Formats: sequence, structure tokens, C-alpha cells
Amino acid sequence: MENLDRLRDAILNGDADAARTLTEQALAAGVDPMRLVNEYMIPAMAETGRRFECNEFFVPELLIAARAMKAALSLVRPLLAASGIPPVARVVLGTVRGDLHDIGKNLVGAMLEGNGFEVIDLGVNVPPERFVETAREKGARIVAMSALLTTTMPAMRTTIELLEASGLRPAVKVLVGGAPVTQRFATEIGADGYNDNAVGAVAEARRVLAA
Amino acid sequence: MTLHPQLAALLQKGPVLTDGAWGTELQKRGLAPGQPPEAWNLTHPDEVLAVGRAYVEAGSRVLLTNTFGANRIRLAEAGLADQVQILNRRGVELSRQAAGAGLAVFASIGPTGKLLVAGEVTPEQVRSAFEEQAAALAEAGADGLVVETMTSLEEARLALSAAKSTGLPVVVCMVFDSGRARDRTLMGETPETVARALEAAGADVLGANCGQGIEGFVDLCRRFRAVTSLPLWMKPNAGLPEWVDGRPCYTTAPEAFATHALELRAAGADFLGGCCGTNPEFIRALGRALGLS
Repeated sequence: MENLDRLRDAILNGDADAARTLTEQALAAGVDPMRLVNEYMIPAMAETGRRFECNEFFVPELLIAARAMKAALSLVRPLLAASGIPPVARVVLGTVRGDLHDIGKNLVGAMLEGNGFEVIDLGVNVPPERFVETAREKGARIVAMSALLTTTMPAMRTTIELLEASGLRPAVKVLVGGAPVTQRFATEIGADGYNDNAVGAVAEARRVLAA
Repeated sequence: MTLHPQLAALLQKGPVLTDGAWGTELQKRGLAPGQPPEAWNLTHPDEVLAVGRAYVEAGSRVLLTNTFGANRIRLAEAGLADQVQILNRRGVELSRQAAGAGLAVFASIGPTGKLLVAGEVTPEQVRSAFEEQAAALAEAGADGLVVETMTSLEEARLALSAAKSTGLPVVVCMVFDSGRARDRTLMGETPETVARALEAAGADVLGANCGQGIEGFVDLCRRFRAVTSLPLWMKPNAGLPEWVDGRPCYTTAPEAFATHALELRAAGADFLGGCCGTNPEFIRALGRALGLS
């Protein structure tokens, strides 16, 4: 259906209005929602990731694509839920205690949502207890933490320790990121995944769930 | 475009040493993580003054101010939106006191921390926050303004236009840490795009700060130099932080940092200093390497 390639392009080009309209039309025409997601929407987001890796896309292009994807997904998700298909996974996201920076965290949140994850964004300056309580209450499978300051990075370790003490590990996976965070640091504190950009964060989220 | 007379006077004797990090230096003196460093302009002025004095003793000829995050949007996050005027004024006064006569005080204007492209703030809100801060810094007697650590050209332009309205010379520097070669801003802009756009918008000095270590700055500087004749401002980090004895820290030593100083100078840098993880020892080492001390 020629129409549906236009849906893929609308997401890729970040045209949220077109993405919404084309999705509505496809659903009205009886296209299987799962097919829409798997054959057009997810490939569109995968292509944004590829373009990001190639330095063809940067943050502005990623953000508008994720916004268009979210608009299209919001129409499809209730149908999927009605047929018993849950979101990819629930992620509790936040910037750690003592740290007020939210740009990186918001980018990761947008990319995760654009890729079908349900994101519970706790905002900035999130105490370890709040990550743990929310993960437990909401049945999250991933806790994703951001830090921009070297001085607040140790709060990531504290949160992981608390997750362990609460018995949520290893079922709940932990992702960390932020300008000063490195793979070495992530490994040292026992995080399951790390990446230095928001596209990589989505890949890591998928990887730790599959592990 | 003619060089601002004050900049011409500064650059007459060759490269100019600026300063190093303030936030990390204040944290060494007890500033708690998450606490806005600018609040110390009121609560711990002696500590702020001591950081400024340490840079002056290390050879800084342009001293910045502890006002990086003192715009209304950022201060509001810490509940300090009503202190824009006083925190900026005290910041300039403390650096002036540290600098004494003869040294220049260039006041720092950092980003709002919000993404324009995501609609988190409007251009009007950003413009008005920068205008308010720039006016407060100028009224307090700053010799110049430094728009720094910008991650988007759009926000940098708004800050530049606010800063220019004071009539002071304005430095604009951006963070290049994105893309495979770490030669793009967060928004994907290249040094060439940034240099041309900011020169056209009236910047007096251009450059890069933060984001990566000094090795990566040499090529960035060369690329700026290829497209502009404006003075260039370069403040790299002390590398990227590593994990040592249970704590993250910047591991590039001052001497290792300074070994690249001549290369950076040869690539066209006019103002040299450091960003995250650097301290007065880095400025001293830079001065020795450049034959300025």
C-alpha cells in the first residue's frame, strides 16, 4: 500500500500531523495495527537511528521524528492494548539526586517513547528511594539514570545498591548515561547498560531486556 | 569588522591566559552537589573570592565570574529566580576584587539548560532571561561578556544578541562533543557553521569550551581559524573523567594539558584557559608552556 510508505516517511521527516492522519487512514482502512507498527513505524525509527550514527541526523531531527512516532503510536497503542499486546517495557527515568540537568534525560525519554517504551519520567534530583519505590509500584523492567556532574555520579551507585537491597535486582535492569559517565564507570557500579547518546540508549534498553 | 579596542589592547602582547573551572573548584571548598554555585556569591563570598584570586595568582589576565547559571530560567530550578540581579552583581564584584586593577573581568553567561527545539522554553523566554542577566552583569561593571558552553546555535544567538545590547565586547563559545569525530554541537552544527553565523551576528570573539580534552580542540581551532579572522577563545576540559578510588575524577595532569598549548596557539587560539576539571595549576602550566610567565 503506497500510502503506508508515506507513514514511514512522515515519521522519518518528523511530520507529526501527517503521521497521525496517515495512521488514522490506515486503521480506518482496516490495516492490522501490529503490522503498521512492525513494518512501517519501527523501521522509520530504526532509520533515524542509522542516520544519527552516520551524522546525517542530530538531536533536532531525532526529536521531531520521535514526536511524530509518538503521535502515530498513541493511535495504535490502545488497539494493541485491547488485543493484549503490552508496550515494549516500562522504564523509570530520572536525573539522580543532587543533579538538576535534564536535557540528556529528556532526549533519552523521547527516544524511548518513540520506540514503543512506556516512560515514567521522575524529573531531576531524584532520590534513590524514589527510583526504587517507583520501579516496584509500576512494575518497571528498567531504571534509567542520568547525571551531568562528576559529583552526582556516585548517586547512581547508591541507587543500584538500594535496588539490590530491595530485592528488585537482577530482574530490574539499570541503564546509566550523561556527559561524564563512561562504560568503565557503568561497569564498576554494576549497571547493565551504558551509551553516550540517546539512540544508543534505546539499543541498550533492548539489549538488557533480551539478556 | 574592527577589533573592539579593549580586545585589541588585551591581545597586543600575544596570547591571553583566561581562567579554569569555577564549579569544581567551589565543590572542593564544600559546595554541595546540586547546589547552584552562584548562590555562594551571597552565602560564601570569601570562597568565591579565593577561587578568583587563585586564578589571578596563576597568571590569568582575563578572569571570569561565578555567574554561569545565573539566568532566571536556571535559577528558578533552585528556587532563586528572585535573585538574578544580586547574584550577578556580586559575581562581578567578587571577580573585580580578585582581579584588582589592570586585569579584565569578563562575566560568564551559561545556557538555560532547556531545549528550544523541544519546546521546553520559548525563544522569547530565553531572550528575556539573557537580557536580564547581561544587563545586570554590565551594570555591575564587567569589562566583557562570555556566552559559554552553548549547545545550540539558536540559543547562542539569543544570548549574543542580549549581550551585545550592553555595548560590551562579547565572546561566544560552544560545546563540540557530538558526532563521530566530536566536531559537532549537540544540534549537529559544525565549527564552520557556528563561526560564520556568530560572526555575522556580531560576536567579537569566537570559540569552543568544555565537551572534550585539549587534543580535540586543536583541530576545532584550526577549522574556526580557516573561516574567521576574529580572535579565538579555547577552554578545553581536563580530558574526560575516569573512575579512581571509588570517585570519578579528571585525570589529565596540568603538564600533560599544557603540552598541547603551543599546538593550540599555532592553530590560531588567542585566549587560552580550561573548563571542567581544570584548576589554577593548569593555568600556571599553560602560562609556562606559552612563555607567558
